[in-house]
Amino acid sequence: MKDMNKLVDKILDAYPAKVMKNRKEHIVHKESDEISVINANTRTIPGIITNRGCAYAGCKGVVIGPIIDMVHIVHGPVGCSYYAWGTRRNKGRAKEGSKNFLNYCFTTDMQESDIVFGGDKKLAQAIKEAVETFNPRAISVSATCPVGLIGDDIHMVAKQAEKEYGIPVLAFSCEGYKGVSQSAGHHIANNKLMKDVIGTIDIPEEDKKPFSLNILGEYNIGGDEWEISRVLNKIGYNVLTTMTGNAEYEDIAKAHNADLNLVQCHRSINYIADMIEIKYGMPWMKVNFIGMENMSNTLRNIATYFGDADLISRTEQVIGQEMSEIKDDMAYYKNMCDGKTAMLFVGGSRAHHYQGLLGEIGMDTILAGYEFGHRDDYEGRDVIPYIKLDADTRNIEEITVEKDEKKYRLRIPAERLEELKKVLPLNNYAGLMADMKENSVVIDDLNHYETEAVIKALKPSFFGSGVKDKYMVQKMGIYSKQMHSYDYSGPYAGYKGAVNFARDTAAGIHTPAWSYTIPPWKKEPMLVGKVEGAEEAC
Amino acid sequence: MLNETTKEIKDRSALVVNPAKTCQPIGAMYAALGIHKCLPHSHGSQGCCSFHRMHLARHYRDPIAASTSSFTEGACVFGGKSNLKTGLENVFAIYKPDVVAVNTTCLSETIGDDLNDIILSTKIPEGKTVIYANTPSYQGSHVTGFSNMTKAMVTHLVNKNKLIGNGRLAVIPGYVEPSDMAEIKRMFAMMNVPITMFPDTSGVVNSPNTGKYEMYPEGGVTVEELSDLGNCESTIALGSFSSEAAAFELEKIADVEANVLNVPIGIKATDDMMMKVMEITGLEMSKELEFERGQLVDLMTDIHFHYHGKKVAIFGDPDIIIPMTEFVISLGMIPKYILTGTPGNAFEKAIGKILADAGIEDSKFKAGGDLMELHQWMKNDPVDMLIGNTYGKYISRAEDIPLIRLGFPILDRVGHSLFPVVGYKGAMRLIEKISTAFLDKYDRECDDDDFELVM
Repeated sequence: MKDMNKLVDKILDAYPAKVMKNRKEHIVHKESDEISVINANTRTIPGIITNRGCAYAGCKGVVIGPIIDMVHIVHGPVGCSYYAWGTRRNKGRAKEGSKNFLNYCFTTDMQESDIVFGGDKKLAQAIKEAVETFNPRAISVSATCPVGLIGDDIHMVAKQAEKEYGIPVLAFSCEGYKGVSQSAGHHIANNKLMKDVIGTIDIPEEDKKPFSLNILGEYNIGGDEWEISRVLNKIGYNVLTTMTGNAEYEDIAKAHNADLNLVQCHRSINYIADMIEIKYGMPWMKVNFIGMENMSNTLRNIATYFGDADLISRTEQVIGQEMSEIKDDMAYYKNMCDGKTAMLFVGGSRAHHYQGLLGEIGMDTILAGYEFGHRDDYEGRDVIPYIKLDADTRNIEEITVEKDEKKYRLRIPAERLEELKKVLPLNNYAGLMADMKENSVVIDDLNHYETEAVIKALKPSFFGSGVKDKYMVQKMGIYSKQMHSYDYSGPYAGYKGAVNFARDTAAGIHTPAWSYTIPPWKKEPMLVGKVEGAEEAC
Repeated sequence: MLNETTKEIKDRSALVVNPAKTCQPIGAMYAALGIHKCLPHSHGSQGCCSFHRMHLARHYRDPIAASTSSFTEGACVFGGKSNLKTGLENVFAIYKPDVVAVNTTCLSETIGDDLNDIILSTKIPEGKTVIYANTPSYQGSHVTGFSNMTKAMVTHLVNKNKLIGNGRLAVIPGYVEPSDMAEIKRMFAMMNVPITMFPDTSGVVNSPNTGKYEMYPEGGVTVEELSDLGNCESTIALGSFSSEAAAFELEKIADVEANVLNVPIGIKATDDMMMKVMEITGLEMSKELEFERGQLVDLMTDIHFHYHGKKVAIFGDPDIIIPMTEFVISLGMIPKYILTGTPGNAFEKAIGKILADAGIEDSKFKAGGDLMELHQWMKNDPVDMLIGNTYGKYISRAEDIPLIRLGFPILDRVGHSLFPVVGYKGAMRLIEKISTAFLDKYDRECDDDDFELVM
């Protein structure tokens, strides 16, 4: 077993003093069951090659972009819109009669004159052209860095456009310099959806379906949401709204009509789940759809919440059915991957969610971390009251909501909810560290140099991260899988998704290419000379 | 696919839909990677750097290392000076590059950071170098960014005290693939002409897998070579949009004659380059290259009926699609639409002349256009083939015509970083692609009765 403390010290030793002091707080060696304090959601030091993106990437790229039937205008120079065009794999299928703009890219393509004289007019004209050309259900406007600096009032432009065209125009001040990572953008996006969209369309009582669920923090990457919904529908649930994968504008407007919020990505949306509960009385449950056991536990938890006998028995039936369909495949892949080690550096939840699935194919996660997680994602929600708010966080608007007297509805009696909280992850999340094994390492905002160092020292068989790390790790002879885009495969969620992941991982680890990394002449001594009599023999 | 794109064209003056360009900094980052042991540094929000690394890594399927000043809101208010100073100190301490090439972003340009001032006031370790280029995202395109960083290599690194001719040609390859740069180097080697190519990303962003990660692979032009550029005999700058600024700068500061040519895509542009090399050096044409040219002509005559008379739409970067337009004409095809997102009258002038010389009258061409407009042209008067980058795949599927992937970026296929499209060899590869695409479509769609063994 590697001495992880030595490794951590060695990594830190290479840093200049100030960097070392900073990075030290972001690295935790889990030596026992205790949860240590980790620093997270703080500025990346300039010059450090970080994987982090910006608020715009979190707002438009992650949260708003997947909404299918909206025209998403990016107000700024061309690049920001361009890089978020078709690159996230948030799949979506428009409903009958709806429009699908997912394959489009819209920008005001600001020029120097717009920077000098202001871009408000151009934005107003762009919205007009979007309405005339595409007649969308709604429009979003996302601001990029220069917009905030030159003082374009995108909110005023959006308001006027709403009046003029009679469709919602949502403006997001998600300039890239806000906050310290994508996380700021998730907040900016979700706060707006909470304020202006959720709760605006009521479903009449007679049209409401029983056992209605929302899936929050699920972006349908590689079709994950479709696979999750397939199973939920089979049991008898009605998936009302997904935020925001495979969602249309009206789905989000109706979200408050459901019976329970399921929170998949804790980081990007837990605060919205809290607000929906305060305003509309709908509790939320932390779920994990990744891996067989996590999926089954999640399904059982949801059934327990509703407490319906039929639902509970159908849940067991479906779990049994789905498990029996995949068990041979999973055993096959486990056999191929058993005993290998993994590292995960992804997202605000995936580095936690995938550990169960990796374990199911026999792989231990020895190192994990988040790109843009907060302390509660690592240490659990109990730490929230103790998190110090720094200036960067305070610059991001915090909204508070109040009970909506007309629409507030207790889903289950308060006493029963309190009872359920004792057995279910209702309004609760224990964080990533709780599930990490002893002698594992947790690193927040893992950077280029640290990645190289830990790969060299620990030589895992699998490194799950993004495209910026992937090829560097693979040059070192180690399989690296993009966990944002699944290397263009998927779905990975649910039962069938587990098989896809296991198949791809086994292939990645065992592809014959790895055996050719070192050429034969560098492995074997070259024989020089001639075998006597060989020529005659031929 | 793209169901909301109507045949009817409505004028748009403010909304760009499906752009055919991206912003300056990514081009600057790509150019900077063509210097040996250089770490590109993006002076702005960390999102810019992240997007550019992501996009380049997807295009090359290779590690792209670059650092950032990681601006926060505070930096926007007080200026990015301390971020860049701290950034440079950390970069040299941790990543140990020989050179750092700083590019600005729309953020640092809008707040008006003076890079010269900041870099001068930063302690740079001995023997290390920092160069910079202003690359505001709200001007030009990624091609402009490449051009600006290439020019910066001359401005900041060329030793102005001209000593003695070094007997070399300076060759600026333009915003092309590492495979193309390697092919251009091969062609000059076959002519026995020593060159200094800058930037040179071959070997950097198409590096081998050896089981060892090299943050700074073997490729790239060295600082010493760049410093010696002023002693070159002459400059061959390929592609006016990406290369002429650096060539003129070198002419200005070190009196090295600038020769601006097209990127050698297709037979004519390659012939032009070879003629210029012979003119400058007085050397005769390489026998091997003449042999390759003969093979190309042989291929062009033998299979012209696979594509002759077909109409094609071409989009992408000016320096790539100007010679490509010329090439498809030499294949007997009709370039019906030619569009770039990069602004600039020079593009329309060049294409206008190529079409006029070929007597082609009813083609449309545009600089500063977008792919929605190109698609609408195609809906009104269809073509048989689309040539352009990966973003053309939506249109190609919507209109059920083949897409030949050419230019930047190619995110969904491989080959571009390994096999060239320039030179005679590259022209043969392009013909193979064009011919195969037409024949594959025919084979897939024709009636059984018409299915042929020999074609």
